Amino acid sequence: MAGFEPQIIAFCCNWCTYAAADLAGTSRMHYPPNVRIVRVMCSGMVDPIYVLKAFEGGVDGILVAGCHLTDCHYIDGPVKCDETVNKLREVLHVLGLEDKRLRREMVAASEGVLFAQVINEMVEDLKKLGPSPFKAKTEALA
Amino acid sequence: MEEIRTGVYICHCGLNIAGVVNVEELTEYAESLPNVVVSREYRYMCSDPGQDLIKKDIKELGLNRVVVASCSPRMHEPTFRKTVEDGGLNPYLYEHANIREHCSWVHDDKELATKKSKDLVRAAVKRVFHHESLVTREIPLNPNVLVIGGGIAGMQAALDIADGHNKVYLVERDPSIGGHMAQLDRTFPTLDCSECILTPKMGDVGHHPFIELLTYSEVEEVSGSIGDFKVKVRKKARHIDESKCIGCNLCEEKCPWKTDSEFEAGMAKRKAVYIPFAQAIPNIAVVDADLCAYIQSDGKKCGACIKLCDAGAITPETLLKQTDEIVELEVGTIIVATGYDQFDPSVIPQYGYKKYDNVLTGLEFERITCAAGPTEGKIVTKDGRPVESIGIVHCVGSRDENYHEYCSRVCCMYGLKYAHLSKEMANADVYEFYIDMRCFGEGYEEFYKRLSEEGVNFVRGKVARITDEAQTDEEQGKLIVVSEDTLLGKMIRVPVDMVILCSALEARSDAENVGKVFNINRRADGFFLERHVKLDPVATPTDGVYIAGCCEAPRDIPDTVAQAEAAAGKALSLISKGTVTLEAAISTVDEAICHGCGRCEEICAFSAPNVVTKNGTLVSSVNEALCKGCGSCAVVCPTGAIAIKHFTQDEILAQVSALTEA
Repeated sequence: MAGFEPQIIAFCCNWCTYAAADLAGTSRMHYPPNVRIVRVMCSGMVDPIYVLKAFEGGVDGILVAGCHLTDCHYIDGPVKCDETVNKLREVLHVLGLEDKRLRREMVAASEGVLFAQVINEMVEDLKKLGPSPFKAKTEALA
Repeated sequence: MEEIRTGVYICHCGLNIAGVVNVEELTEYAESLPNVVVSREYRYMCSDPGQDLIKKDIKELGLNRVVVASCSPRMHEPTFRKTVEDGGLNPYLYEHANIREHCSWVHDDKELATKKSKDLVRAAVKRVFHHESLVTREIPLNPNVLVIGGGIAGMQAALDIADGHNKVYLVERDPSIGGHMAQLDRTFPTLDCSECILTPKMGDVGHHPFIELLTYSEVEEVSGSIGDFKVKVRKKARHIDESKCIGCNLCEEKCPWKTDSEFEAGMAKRKAVYIPFAQAIPNIAVVDADLCAYIQSDGKKCGACIKLCDAGAITPETLLKQTDEIVELEVGTIIVATGYDQFDPSVIPQYGYKKYDNVLTGLEFERITCAAGPTEGKIVTKDGRPVESIGIVHCVGSRDENYHEYCSRVCCMYGLKYAHLSKEMANADVYEFYIDMRCFGEGYEEFYKRLSEEGVNFVRGKVARITDEAQTDEEQGKLIVVSEDTLLGKMIRVPVDMVILCSALEARSDAENVGKVFNINRRADGFFLERHVKLDPVATPTDGVYIAGCCEAPRDIPDTVAQAEAAAGKALSLISKGTVTLEAAISTVDEAICHGCGRCEEICAFSAPNVVTKNGTLVSSVNEALCKGCGSCAVVCPTGAIAIKHFTQDEILAQVSALTEA
């Protein structure tokens, strides 16, 4: 799969992971430009429909990331996010999407290094997996 | 529907963005996007001339949506919202694209970075299309403050607020205020007497015209939100007439029923009717109903105190008929300063606490050295022998994976204080068993140096066990501290007359319940969690509820007082503003779709949505003062009736689908 550049959407909570991505920026930590970040107020705000629509649109991988369990600005958002992601995994399994295409992480505002590392790993993993099976279907329909 | 007219502004940020992203190409691209009527680039959009460009375009080109692509919104979203507002638009008709922190600073491939910037700008343009005008609201703030806990933290916070002529309700669970600090003898490193510096403050609290003291009371329930909390306090029955008691102590002298004194850390007895300690505030008696024979026998036995009380404060009625009282308070802000518990070292069996009479905790030793304590300040063994040698064991329950991983921060210093007092008052040989000496505060390292010069024996190593099994004649009748000496690299045995365990400070045993009442999270170690460890250390995730002192983490008196003053400052700044701004990006219910299933009510951590009956049907209704806009209700809503303003499905899906267009 030479030359394949995966497309990633990252849903990041405003308080922790979005701030971690900012920190990666202010610290000039380079990572591949394959990711586009969507800011949400809380990881618990990520509706399954956002993830499904993004896959339907042909993205190769999705990151849902927010605060650690004890850091949540809204008390228990990460727990709710975990529940959403676990349910989504079952749906994605039925749809035939590989598990690694949806990644769930907790990245604190201070963990800019971790954010860059997660993106690096995802890009590597997705390059191995190749384009999303939905991409070809979406393109065929178009 | 009005025509959407969007202006897009691309910031160079000097070369921070323009050095990597082709801003001209990006600007040209933005102009080609739907609904974009103007697209401009400028060297520094956040500067006044940059902002003026936006304001001018709003007026001259009739813009009703604005997108700025620049640094992180966490940096300048508030700036540009203000710009848009100054230009005559609602500040929420604005969207920010982060092409610096999330693009130019992390990528060096100019072509790919420009492509990514185009994607981010396109997503912002598609999203801002769906933005709606939102209104922030101000509600009045009740200036009264509730402070929980009458230790040094709670007292300091109460005094700071009350000195500004604001009403404070100070609720203390024990019969007197004072907290742990009242039990301490001297304070490190200055060795000034704790009571001498504390009791004047206690008096100030007791007499303050703006402080209403509710001792022997506990908060049972808190409802409402910042600016308007309603609080139910259980004022426990003292079984005396508070208005008549003059604190003469005659009742306590003659009462025949005894139990261990809490104030004396169990080192002395108190009576069934008692005043906890000589300087207690309020200086009035309290009856321990479980111990009082008169109450237990329903008035058939004893009654000595009734006969002796000339003031008429204790009567058969007060003893038998007085019941707990529920007091309802209304306050705008709350400060929680509930303090700590001392770790019980009996859970470490090898240290022999409660097995050997002369193995003591720090708090017990405080009472021994105190002139007003059970031994009148003489350092003697349980059976009254003078103490010739003392072992002081650091990190008991702290820095120990089996108990608490954290450092309790005060033990090194109070251990050194005990070493000094043992030298000064008993001329004893002192052995300090430590892992690391942590003397970080003002004058602390100097105190450590002074103690080294006073001839204290410092042994670096963790104590393995404390035993009375002698192996030599010298060890006969002594407690033997068996420890590693890491500097000598061997095990040593030190016979002593008394051992003091520097017990950890731990979270209150009821911290979980208190956390639930006030909606405060706890860390894994059990202490209350601050909103931000560095930048918001006394706030909690619940607006209007602040924390101070050892309920947040172990800390010494100076840090506790500083934190209490910080919490008071937070409350005072709210009082001085007088109103509370409510978040605009919160939940909203489409009542036409909602069928009142209550999933939102179940999932909300802030109890904001409630299912109510309106026009005969069940619908969810959101308390706007409680909603924080986290959006979890919208995720679980089966009908799509509930949405978060500014983060609606339309808005986020527009952004997502724009990103997949690439």
